[in-house]
Amino acid sequence: MKSLAELTKIREKMDGKVILHEGTNDIRIVVGMATCGIAAGARPVLDAIVEEVKKAGLSDKVTVTQTGCIGICRLEPLVEVHESGKAKITYIKMTPDKAKRIVEEHIKGGKPVIEYTIGDN
Amino acid sequence: MNPNVNEAANGKTAAPTSLNDTAFYKSQLRVALRNCGIINPENIDEYIAVDGYQALGKVLTEMKPQEVIDVMKKSGLRGRGGGGFPTGMKWEFAAKNVSEQKYIVCNADEGDPGAFMDRSVLEGDPHAVLEAMAIAGYAIGANHGYIYVRAEYPVAVKRLEIAIGQARKYGLLGKDIFGTGFEFDIDIRLGAGAFVCGEEMALLTSIEGNRGEPRPKPPFPANKGLFGYPTIINNVETLANIPQIILKGADWFASMGTEKSKGTKVFALGGKITNTGLVEIPLGTTLRDIIYNIGGGIPGGKKFKAAQTGGPSGGCIPAQHLDTPIDYDNLTAIGSMMGSGGLIVMDEDNCMVDVARFFLEFTVDESCGKCTPCRIGTRRLLEMLEKITAGEATLEDIDKMEELCYHIKSNSLCALGQTAPNPVLSTLKYFRDEYEAHVVEKRCPAGVCKNLLSYEIQADKCKGCTACARACPVGAISGEVKSPHKIDKSKCIKCGACMATCKFGAIIKK
Repeated sequence: MKSLAELTKIREKMDGKVILHEGTNDIRIVVGMATCGIAAGARPVLDAIVEEVKKAGLSDKVTVTQTGCIGICRLEPLVEVHESGKAKITYIKMTPDKAKRIVEEHIKGGKPVIEYTIGDN
Repeated sequence: MNPNVNEAANGKTAAPTSLNDTAFYKSQLRVALRNCGIINPENIDEYIAVDGYQALGKVLTEMKPQEVIDVMKKSGLRGRGGGGFPTGMKWEFAAKNVSEQKYIVCNADEGDPGAFMDRSVLEGDPHAVLEAMAIAGYAIGANHGYIYVRAEYPVAVKRLEIAIGQARKYGLLGKDIFGTGFEFDIDIRLGAGAFVCGEEMALLTSIEGNRGEPRPKPPFPANKGLFGYPTIINNVETLANIPQIILKGADWFASMGTEKSKGTKVFALGGKITNTGLVEIPLGTTLRDIIYNIGGGIPGGKKFKAAQTGGPSGGCIPAQHLDTPIDYDNLTAIGSMMGSGGLIVMDEDNCMVDVARFFLEFTVDESCGKCTPCRIGTRRLLEMLEKITAGEATLEDIDKMEELCYHIKSNSLCALGQTAPNPVLSTLKYFRDEYEAHVVEKRCPAGVCKNLLSYEIQADKCKGCTACARACPVGAISGEVKSPHKIDKSKCIKCGACMATCKFGAIIKK
């Protein structure tokens, strides 16, 4: 990188991708994939979400990615859904089957699956 | 609360659907962990999207090295690895040494039992550490860095390798960064997991390709460190704070924390606590807040006994100090230490003598053997503790043990030995009555030390269901059906299987 301008260019390219802009329909799903998450079974969950999003034909507006430690180890695997303009939703103790239902009802249908969220756990 | 969810209709407050609305999260303040759980650690673009490498750009294009050091000094940042040495001062010492070669070393040899703060930072935000190392390199005039990370952290190592590869490809590591002529590169060195290699001199010796053993200080690494050149060694979490300090300013950082301990601290919460996890709090938060508010208290309604901080070098904080604001100086004053951030909560079922014994067993294993006070002293100390937990010690032994602690502390070569007796000294200070119960009454008040325990069946409660006799792995329980059973104490191995099986609460542990 020969100048700060190049860095700024990448930042502009990424604008709205990590921290979603309001007014778009973008959805970003992150799966906690630190050692704790992986040990609790996050990898098959991530695979299931990627596959279901692809099957539903939502790959354009939905980003699915791994992330580091979300913090609350005892509730791993954790999945968080960020939607532009809305508070994020935290899903706990995820499994590939739960992931399917979340993609179906929340990502496609727009209704969070309350019983899988963090709640008063 | 999530606007999507409107379950408050029946008068009850809706349960949170976002982690951000939980008590666990609300009192936290994320600086070192700001990107963990947000960005994809394997994608440099995502790091750049959240202001990544802007701080490096700022120091290289706008600031002189001394100005960077001044910001660090003004921020009040202190080493997060445990020692708490002011980071800016450390940098200044190294910067003042004129040398053809200098080094930046990142200490990622996290070894305290129950600690996983540094691993989480490396796995969640590796670029922050790389960026901070480059900033440090510019500040002191070093062009090479090493990250010393343990091989037991394969995910962290892999993500670091990916991050270094991406940063090199973008020219954020390497020659002529941002066209300023500044050159900096980083290599990873894997440690084999020896605890002593977290001690900075042993760590340097290990990077040099030798057996990881400490060497005497002075000379300090800032004068004569890696391969004999001026070196600064910073912990992962310390480094993770630095890009934010550069971007947001020293005053912003100094506005958090207490008078002498600025900023935040990451703790790995473990032990007898509801919310096991990784938390970051402003320094000055009380232990009570961490345990009962963020941590959700102790499961099963049990009573808090102590919190262990600082791992094998630290001590136990008893209930009377629950309201002490946590910072470097306060923890030292009450006989523990900040340490790297492991925080293990213990309840009434934990025997404090056994806790001290556990940590001593660890240090005996991990003592490198180079100096006698540590190698032999810790072994003798462990033997004395074992004598106590076996119920064979006298009160004189406790006094001797305490004396030995001071000898080990004052005569050991490195911090491992100098701090190894801390778990014994702090439990002796606050829980001497438990030691005395073991010695005088031959009793373990928490019911942990097997030699001092016995299981008994209360005849009036026993229904003679035979469940315990069937559960006993050594056939120590006998009795007729429908009449009270008995435990043969000569056969009993005190495994507790009978007590767990009994539905009538007829078996007691004494």
